[in-house]
Amino acid sequence: MILPIDLIVLLLVIISAFAAITVKDLLSASLMLGAYSFLLCLLWTVMGAVDVAFTEATVGAGVSTVFCVAAIFHTTRRTKD
Amino acid sequence: MDIVSLIAAKANYWTYVILLMVGLYAMVAKNNLVKKIVGMVIFQTAVILFYVSIGYKKGGTLPIIMHGHDHGHGVDSFIKAADYINPLPHVLMLTAIVVGVATLGVALALAIKVYQEYGTLEEDEIRKQIELKG
Repeated sequence: MILPIDLIVLLLVIISAFAAITVKDLLSASLMLGAYSFLLCLLWTVMGAVDVAFTEATVGAGVSTVFCVAAIFHTTRRTKD
Repeated sequence: MDIVSLIAAKANYWTYVILLMVGLYAMVAKNNLVKKIVGMVIFQTAVILFYVSIGYKKGGTLPIIMHGHDHGHGVDSFIKAADYINPLPHVLMLTAIVVGVATLGVALALAIKVYQEYGTLEEDEIRKQIELKG
């Protein structure tokens, strides 16, 4: 049985979303959010939405990860949950 | 095997529901403000995944017109809309991605101001300090 690539990518998207909200470090959480955005970019390339894919790769993965990291360096990495 | 094929046939929509629940849980139940914002981003991208899944067609190609240079002179130059993935949800979701990043920026700026005011990002400690003040 050959698994299609979109099922694998959907599974990785769910795993990275769970990792982004459960990890106990805010810098790790924001980097997991960036990985989640890149996996969604891959998923949209598979689904034929190439314009959404490259907007997500530049704006969603790039700029929002930079925003999160900058905000964390202005505040703190420490979290309780 | 039947339940596996049932899930695999609608895998995009199952993923959409799971991501929506993950984002809602993080927004409601997490204590840290940045974790709440991460949940909000996951919620937004789940809605975007739902809209892009609506426009998907099995066997359709990218929404770029082929043979666009001969204006109806060739035999195979007419355009069948059923061959192309619907581009209307894609265009709507382009706007939603950009608006989502703007919302993320405003939310993180508010979190930075809260940290400068109270010295913490945890919601219960902020609430405790507000009760001590007023």
